Amino acid sequence: MTIPSGAAMQQLSAQSKFWWVMAGVLALLLLASAVGAWLHQRSLARSGKREVVDNLNARIRSWWVMAALLCTCFVLGRGATLIFFALASLFALREFVTLTPTRRGDHLPLCLCFYVAIPLQYWLIDIDWYGMFAICLPVYGFLVLPAVSALTGDVENFLERTTKIQWGLILTVYCISYAPAMLLLHIPGYEGQSLLLMLYLLLVVQISDVLQYVFGKLFGKRKLAPLVSPSKTVEGLVGGGLSATAIGACLWWITPFSFWGSAGMSALIVLSGFFGGLALSAVKRSLGAKDWGNMIEGHGGMLDRLDSVSFAAPIFFHVVHFAFM
Amino acid sequence: MITSRLLVGLVRALVGAHARWIGSLPSARQRIYFANHSSHLDALALWSALPPQLRDTTRPVAARDYWGQGGVRSFIADHGFRAVYIERDREHREGDPLQPLMDALDEGDSLILFPEGTRSQEALPLPFKSGLFHLARRYPEVELVAVYLDTLHRSMPKGSVLPVPLICTVRFGRGLHLQPGEGKESFLERARAAVVELA
Repeated sequence: MTIPSGAAMQQLSAQSKFWWVMAGVLALLLLASAVGAWLHQRSLARSGKREVVDNLNARIRSWWVMAALLCTCFVLGRGATLIFFALASLFALREFVTLTPTRRGDHLPLCLCFYVAIPLQYWLIDIDWYGMFAICLPVYGFLVLPAVSALTGDVENFLERTTKIQWGLILTVYCISYAPAMLLLHIPGYEGQSLLLMLYLLLVVQISDVLQYVFGKLFGKRKLAPLVSPSKTVEGLVGGGLSATAIGACLWWITPFSFWGSAGMSALIVLSGFFGGLALSAVKRSLGAKDWGNMIEGHGGMLDRLDSVSFAAPIFFHVVHFAFM
Repeated sequence: MITSRLLVGLVRALVGAHARWIGSLPSARQRIYFANHSSHLDALALWSALPPQLRDTTRPVAARDYWGQGGVRSFIADHGFRAVYIERDREHREGDPLQPLMDALDEGDSLILFPEGTRSQEALPLPFKSGLFHLARRYPEVELVAVYLDTLHRSMPKGSVLPVPLICTVRFGRGLHLQPGEGKESFLERARAAVVELA
């Protein structure tokens, strides 16, 4: 295996690496839009797959918007990135709580989740306090929320209610905050470039989602978990997962990893992202919904787009932390 | 105008207020939208969910004791959604309490009405008060449209100051009219059932 001509690329500045990746993303989006337009023309001529094509084109349009937003974050820097993810957490938590039956006694704990926990968690990243970032919600949040809830005196289904709020908070705030928390990683020889690790994570997760969808639609036969997520197939997972891993490996020059290290990390991200999508589908179904919301055209809600990130981000973070710090 | 725009933007950002037209479609004909009442955000959310051109001619009925006491609330009620004030306090009433509503209907405006008369903490509405019946009898040409607001009793339950930003869906149900010879009780029960079936 000859390593791609990237040894020089790895020496580039964070800025140039970022723009090279964005050029690649732009090319991918242009390609996707062209294919989408072609399929649209074809579906006009023949009836049948019309809905799938319309949904595909809606998804592609939303991808343009999401890529533009992410690009803007990078240009504006760490503050903007943290605010962007804080809002993503807010919208995701909002979708989660909307589908969860809560009672009068949950009002105060919920206000704390929305108005205190979210700003606090992202502020801890901003002031670079790793220790507190890692334990604040899982330890202090875990204890404070039921205490506050108990004060309101509403004991009906207390355990179920507390559990659900707890779970939603950890998933949508704590886990998602791990994506911009790459800022907390100060890897020797990779100083000032840690936002690129976040870009790497998001790219691999999302490309894996997209390719699993594409492979599933093209070759999918054997359903993986028909009751939980009818659109997931073995062919989709294997084809999409392997190609996403390959693409991730080829992005090694934006990371502190070697080519094969990057392949391993990408495989880890793909797998944990897959399980995130699966587990959250199960949660969604047990709450009786098909989509988390309708915020992102064609995709569903914010959580439909971030479900795999919420599982992949903490695992990726801690593996990198363990390997390099 | 700017106040209204800002207000709608804020309400949308905070509680979503997405409209789902299930039993009827948006229409410029004169209507009374009647809905379950569980929070102070109800009138704002329902009004924000309407298409912009209908908002200009649709006025929420608001309790004078809450919205009409000056300050920010009155500013929102007067300049934001052009509230029609209703006097809930019997001691302050002069003449027919429904008179301001009838004035607005005579001018051709549509109304948003909460026939429970007070906020309930439950997902399902309390029994309706008779105002809706009197208006239905007096204005047979006005269409009555049932509406259900789904998460606001959780967003801002009675006694809370801060709203939890949940996504509220505003479901518009079928239109109804007073049947010939229909009594007050059966009409109000039928109207309430039209809201309940959207829940």
